[in-house]
Amino acid sequence: MAPITTLHYLVVGAALFVLGVVGVLIRRNVVIVLMSIELILNAVNLNLVAFSRMWGNLHGQVFAIFIIVDAAAEAAVGLGILIAFFRNKETVNVDEIDLLKW
Amino acid sequence: MNPGMNSGMAPVATPWFFYVLAGMAVISGGLVITLRNAVHAALALIVTLLSVASLYLMLYAPFVTGVQIVVYAGGIMVLFLFVIMLVNIERSSKEHRFNRIWPAGLAAACALLVLFVSAFVKGKALFTDRGMPLPESSNTQQIATMLYGEAGRMGQYTFAFEIASLLLLVAILGAVIMTKKKI
Repeated sequence: MAPITTLHYLVVGAALFVLGVVGVLIRRNVVIVLMSIELILNAVNLNLVAFSRMWGNLHGQVFAIFIIVDAAAEAAVGLGILIAFFRNKETVNVDEIDLLKW
Repeated sequence: MNPGMNSGMAPVATPWFFYVLAGMAVISGGLVITLRNAVHAALALIVTLLSVASLYLMLYAPFVTGVQIVVYAGGIMVLFLFVIMLVNIERSSKEHRFNRIWPAGLAAACALLVLFVSAFVKGKALFTDRGMPLPESSNTQQIATMLYGEAGRMGQYTFAFEIASLLLLVAILGAVIMTKKKI
């Protein structure tokens, strides 16, 4: 079996990224859209850590830690928005969140 | 970066570990976007996060593995599950899963996938292994030096660390204020 190179990890990262993009664009449930955004961030983290190993320094890993911190803040704020909206209109369907439509 | 051929130390993992973990990550990622029940999708995302954490471990990044498991799988996903239980009405698990415009989304994602594949095939020479040696001192210690060290020489991310803590404070304040009934 061939040794595992950086390209293998990049392919896994790309696959997770595309799955996250599909989830954001396709799903109706807002919570699952937010979870797909977390998938995208994880794909980027995997790329960063793979490149950190390829170059031999730790900048990629520190950047990945900051991205995890940022993902926590963004998940908290996004879910707060969702709860505040759910209090107005009892739905989690993206097709029914159309109060700004003409 | 060949885990099977290290100089000196015993091999950490064989390629089989990589394929199993990568398969787990991609399959549970696919389950996240296709499962009907939101709680099932959250559990699939936890499986994805844990397999990606194991991939970090294969890349000789134990501290990022620990942060991912404790913060991401242990904090953010618990937050997601709480919110799902708050807003999970029965109607959402009986509705149709996908949007009205799902063919457009799928086509855009397929175009993105074609772009990635062409980038990997054409640019294969960019990602050659440089044969980096295994790190000497502790990974956690080196990351701590970069994050908390004296700004300028060793600690290159001290200022960014302080800004990140400010960001978390602002996010907490925003989340608390937004979910209050009366501001």
